[in-house]
Amino acid sequence: MFGIDIRQKAWSAGLIVLFFVAWELFCLTTGMSDLVLPRPSQVFVTLFQRFPVLWPHIVQTLATTMFGFVLGVALGVALGAIIGVSKTAYDTCYPLLIGFSSIPKVAVVPIFVLWFGSGTVPAVLTALSICFFPIVVNIATGLATTEPELEDVLKALGASKLDILWNVGLPRTMPFFFASLKVAISYAFVGAVLSETVASNRGIGNVMMTASSNFNVPLVFAGLFVLAGLGVALYVVFSLIEGQVTGWATRKNDVIAT
Amino acid sequence: MRMQPKTQFGSQSVPEGAAATAIELSEASVTFGRGDRAVPALSKTSLRIADGEFVALVGPSGCGKSTILRLVSGLVQPTSGVVIVGGREVAARAMRVGMAFQNPTMLPWMTIERNIMLPLKIVEPFRSNFRRLRKTEFRDKANALLEQVGLKGFGNRYPWQLSGGMLQRANLCRALIHEPRMLLLDEPFGALDQFTREELWAILQNLWMTHKPTVLLVTHDLREAGFLASRICVMSARPGRILDDSRVEFARPRTVAMTFEPDFVALNQKLRTFIEDARSAAGQGAG
Repeated sequence: MFGIDIRQKAWSAGLIVLFFVAWELFCLTTGMSDLVLPRPSQVFVTLFQRFPVLWPHIVQTLATTMFGFVLGVALGVALGAIIGVSKTAYDTCYPLLIGFSSIPKVAVVPIFVLWFGSGTVPAVLTALSICFFPIVVNIATGLATTEPELEDVLKALGASKLDILWNVGLPRTMPFFFASLKVAISYAFVGAVLSETVASNRGIGNVMMTASSNFNVPLVFAGLFVLAGLGVALYVVFSLIEGQVTGWATRKNDVIAT
Repeated sequence: MRMQPKTQFGSQSVPEGAAATAIELSEASVTFGRGDRAVPALSKTSLRIADGEFVALVGPSGCGKSTILRLVSGLVQPTSGVVIVGGREVAARAMRVGMAFQNPTMLPWMTIERNIMLPLKIVEPFRSNFRRLRKTEFRDKANALLEQVGLKGFGNRYPWQLSGGMLQRANLCRALIHEPRMLLLDEPFGALDQFTREELWAILQNLWMTHKPTVLLVTHDLREAGFLASRICVMSARPGRILDDSRVEFARPRTVAMTFEPDFVALNQKLRTFIEDARSAAGQGAG
């Protein structure tokens, strides 16, 4: 099992390297102008050289993302718990929620800017509004899928709704919750960058916007690489937390794999 | 009290009437839904079960057997009639009975031991002492029960490490851990293979003989009813009524071999006929 794991990782790493090598070779052989598609080596050099300038923007984007994410999680958990516990609330709220979630979030950025001016606030709000929906859905689903038999067993013992929620509902929801956190952190990131691109003078999104209007294409790509790196890092962090907290939900698969 | 004539089976005769009444349904009816969409689940059923009795409810599917269980456990209120459990009317307060269903519903994030201790987290007087005693007295209690069902040493395993039959044994332990006076079983062995099922019959019989709770068992399996119960009630198709109420007086502990003896087979045949009649009366056809 261990050997397979290592080999799998080697293949993944190999594919990433192959991707960049192919890209580099493609640019070199076709003599592609770096105004259209810079070579990855150029991008990495630019990234390295301009890093001191990029750093405050990275911090800005990260802070905005995390802030929107934390607010989105708090709101999502609260709303998810309410609609997950009560069938009536679930049926009542769902159509409205679907309505909200299907609005493309790019469309709401101008409204946030109109209300709060350009800058950090609309970015936080965009991150929040984009990441909060998967959390609501997952919390609500987790709570709503408690086995009716177990609920009967506990109710017959005189358990209150709170007893059942605390002992069964919440722990059962944890895997759903952490799975949704992984999705939500990526979404929050997308939301923050989106808003920065449209209306802000700070953040990676803004750097890329400015760089592209100056035709500094390698810097645009450097921004893109930073975003990819940050996105992967955040995803990994939440995957690790998930593995620690809800290992029981995936342990079954490990045994089957052995 | 009983509407139907009582029939005697088996060789051993046990004197009746001394024990106190554990469960009493008088003219209890349950209707789900209202108006045009009302579905009568149980109609004017009267049933008296003495303390420590082992009663099996058999009948065609959808006949309201489970409804009786839910009435007794306080999960459902009678639409009309009275349900008295343990000397008082079943009201809003649940009865703290032990229950087990076909699905063992062990919580996957807890060890078997902690799963079994779950009722102690809810029922007084255990609840107030749970934090203090969960690592000592309560754990010993759980392990003592596990030993009785042949799961000694499995307490610190997780549910996914156990087979279906083992989980169902743990399920019985969970239903008994808080020392309920009443055990309600809804087709607990329905999902198991024949051999595991027979093995669990013996285990359940053993648990009943040591703890002596009042047991109400809903089952489709007539052999299971005959093996385990001291009394078998046959129910009609929906809306359910009790058609027949027979005493089973084979000596205990009963063995699987006994289920092939002529007396036992005759009992089985008789029950079968009742259920087939009930099915064809309801227009479902026999088969």
